[in-house]
Amino acid sequence: MEWTEASVRNELRSFLEANWDPNSDLLDWRNKLIDAGWGMPSWPERWYGRDMPQSLLSVVAEEFASVGAVTVARTGIRLLAAETLLAHGNDAQRERYLRKILTGEETWCQLFSEPGSGSDLAGSTTRADLVGDHWIINGQKVWTTSAHHADFGLLLARHDWDIPKHQGLSYFILNFHQAGVEVHPLRQMNGHASFNQVFFNDAKVPRNDQIGSSGDGWQIAMTTLMHERRNAGNIFVEARRRGDFEGLIYEQEAEENKILLEPYTWYPQRAGRVDLVLPRASDTGAINNPAARQEIAKLMIMSRCAEWTALRARAAQQQGQPQGPEGSLGKLAGSNIARQAAKVHTLISGVDAMACGNDSPESGIIAEILLSVPAISIAGGTDEIQRNIISERVLGMQKEPRMDTGPFKDVRKN
Amino acid sequence: MFAFTDEQLQLRESVRRYLIDHATVSRTRELMDESAGFDRLSFQGLFNELGIGGVHIPEEYGGAGLSYVELSIVLEEMGRALYPSPYLSSNVFAANALLLIGTSEQKAEWLPSITSGERLATVALYEESNRSIVANIEQSVTDQSFTGTKSFVLDANVADVFIVVARDGFDPVNPLRFWLAHSNDSGIQTIAMESIDSTRRIGRVSFENVKVERLGDRNQDHGGFGKFIDFASVALANEMVGGAQWLLESSVEYANHRVQFGRSISSMQAIKHKCADLLLEIELAKSGAYRAAQAIAAADSAFPAYASIAKAAANDAYMQAAADAIQIHGGIGFTWDNDTHLWFKRAKSSQVLFGTSEFHRDQLLDRIAVLEAD
Repeated sequence: MEWTEASVRNELRSFLEANWDPNSDLLDWRNKLIDAGWGMPSWPERWYGRDMPQSLLSVVAEEFASVGAVTVARTGIRLLAAETLLAHGNDAQRERYLRKILTGEETWCQLFSEPGSGSDLAGSTTRADLVGDHWIINGQKVWTTSAHHADFGLLLARHDWDIPKHQGLSYFILNFHQAGVEVHPLRQMNGHASFNQVFFNDAKVPRNDQIGSSGDGWQIAMTTLMHERRNAGNIFVEARRRGDFEGLIYEQEAEENKILLEPYTWYPQRAGRVDLVLPRASDTGAINNPAARQEIAKLMIMSRCAEWTALRARAAQQQGQPQGPEGSLGKLAGSNIARQAAKVHTLISGVDAMACGNDSPESGIIAEILLSVPAISIAGGTDEIQRNIISERVLGMQKEPRMDTGPFKDVRKN
Repeated sequence: MFAFTDEQLQLRESVRRYLIDHATVSRTRELMDESAGFDRLSFQGLFNELGIGGVHIPEEYGGAGLSYVELSIVLEEMGRALYPSPYLSSNVFAANALLLIGTSEQKAEWLPSITSGERLATVALYEESNRSIVANIEQSVTDQSFTGTKSFVLDANVADVFIVVARDGFDPVNPLRFWLAHSNDSGIQTIAMESIDSTRRIGRVSFENVKVERLGDRNQDHGGFGKFIDFASVALANEMVGGAQWLLESSVEYANHRVQFGRSISSMQAIKHKCADLLLEIELAKSGAYRAAQAIAAADSAFPAYASIAKAAANDAYMQAAADAIQIHGGIGFTWDNDTHLWFKRAKSSQVLFGTSEFHRDQLLDRIAVLEAD
């Protein structure tokens, strides 16, 4: 059927009226959503969805929010895993994994980055050797969010060292519950340990858990990353839930979030907390300091103009105009804003900027900003990689000559 | 609100095509050496052929009755093409003064002929005391008569009428007012000032006992001067982002063709990263300029803050583009024969008109309460 805003609202409203109960069990409720196709309505009907266009998802989100209804599990890497399985997995894999991704019963992580391949993801040196019915995995991954409580990982590894690097990669589902997998937390300069290092010593992946064919790894990883970028502007986050939030299901959800959202508590600080600047400038009197005023205004201008640029990109897309350069610039703008915000917070705080802990400005939040901002221009693609993408794909400039063609075994590595 | 309509895109396209035909750089270079400084034929074409003499001027005064958004599109294209003409001074700045402050009789008397290009008007604003802070005007009009000197008057050499900004000497609070003076008054003398930007003419105009007519009603102000400056800043900001975009495109094109060390310099990160950063800065400045124009069109009360954002962002983006464009071109970019310096000079003259970035950033913080409330 052809979905319209009205038909979505009508059907979803009657579904929620008939079924939503804040005292239901989280797992029961999510299974109900999945069976009814209201968990991920943009997915195909065959796989728990309703074939709904992406453009109507904001309507769905509004309806959920208006009654305060809990949704299927969407935190972390799980939806990237699901989208990757939908795009490249086989039916047996979808059957086995999709539902428990959405119920929240199984948690996933992404095993892409390695100590030796950060920006150059295709330079992976984690080995995958086929022995009998299993792939034997050896190597190390890093920057793995949630690995310490993950059940499965999306693994990029090398099966062939004699062909060019992008072609020798394969993509696997790795089960964490086995002896060959070891997870160690990775402590960051801001004191948090939101990421992990994952070591594989003869870890095993059944042949059935390979996604796609050998050599498809890079292409499939691109699908995962595309969804990661798309998720960055996840529309579900925007609809603010209404209600009094009393009931069993909210307690269960809060329990789940305590674990799942823990790695992300410092992410707002990483972006610079522009929202704190004017109130603190007024409180401290820095608003009257001519030098501080200039830097504060620079920050406000950058951040306002970046917001408007994002709105321009979205508006142009909605009007069906070809996407301009605005969209791909957002990440680079975010880095600039965060760095300027750190500069401004320092200016406002003066010597207080060296203090941390509960007695320091904003109970340690300013210190956390100053020590978290350096991450934003690295995580999810460095500024330098963004500049390559912008200059090559938007401005049409030429690529740098490559030194890594030919058999991967002959390419210089770390 | 954040996307241009099809009609607006068509307007942009038609202005761009017209200027590609009529505002070639070689023609601009000829005009730089001529006394008028602009091409009367192509200027008339704006009115007769394109019908953009009064984009934002109401139809009752002969205009197209469109908004500041459409005007900004036209200005962005003129900035891109570095089109030398009195359009900004007459059809935008002077027309704005009339629109904002003039009585309906004054609008009816002046706007139609400005809109049709028959008469050229310009605003005489700068004097010794307001070089940095534009509102610090000291000269005043007494008894409908003005004696004083105004500098940096845009297109003073061709103006038929001056709109002088001066204080009202009879009013005890000494407010800033706008006054009309005919250029054929025998007390007026105009001398061309030398500008680094030969594509935008400026003059020093001395007035001696010149009879002036008050613009607007004696008892009404409506914050006219502040609005005038903000409107002017937004117009200029939109013109500027057009020029910045041209500089980026010309730099990328040059980099794609220039070979050093056996490869195109466009493949070098030192060059392409500079271009990526520049694109970001220009896109942000465009967003600021567009948003401010929309705010004026929609009579949004946040427009003063947006005007400051627009001008500060455009100043910085245009100057950065100009400096980077020369750097990317290398030695050739510093020569007279290469076109880059023409836009560099326009960037510089635009940067300091109606407020530097420092001025607007400082002003923004005073205006930010409105901004934060929105």
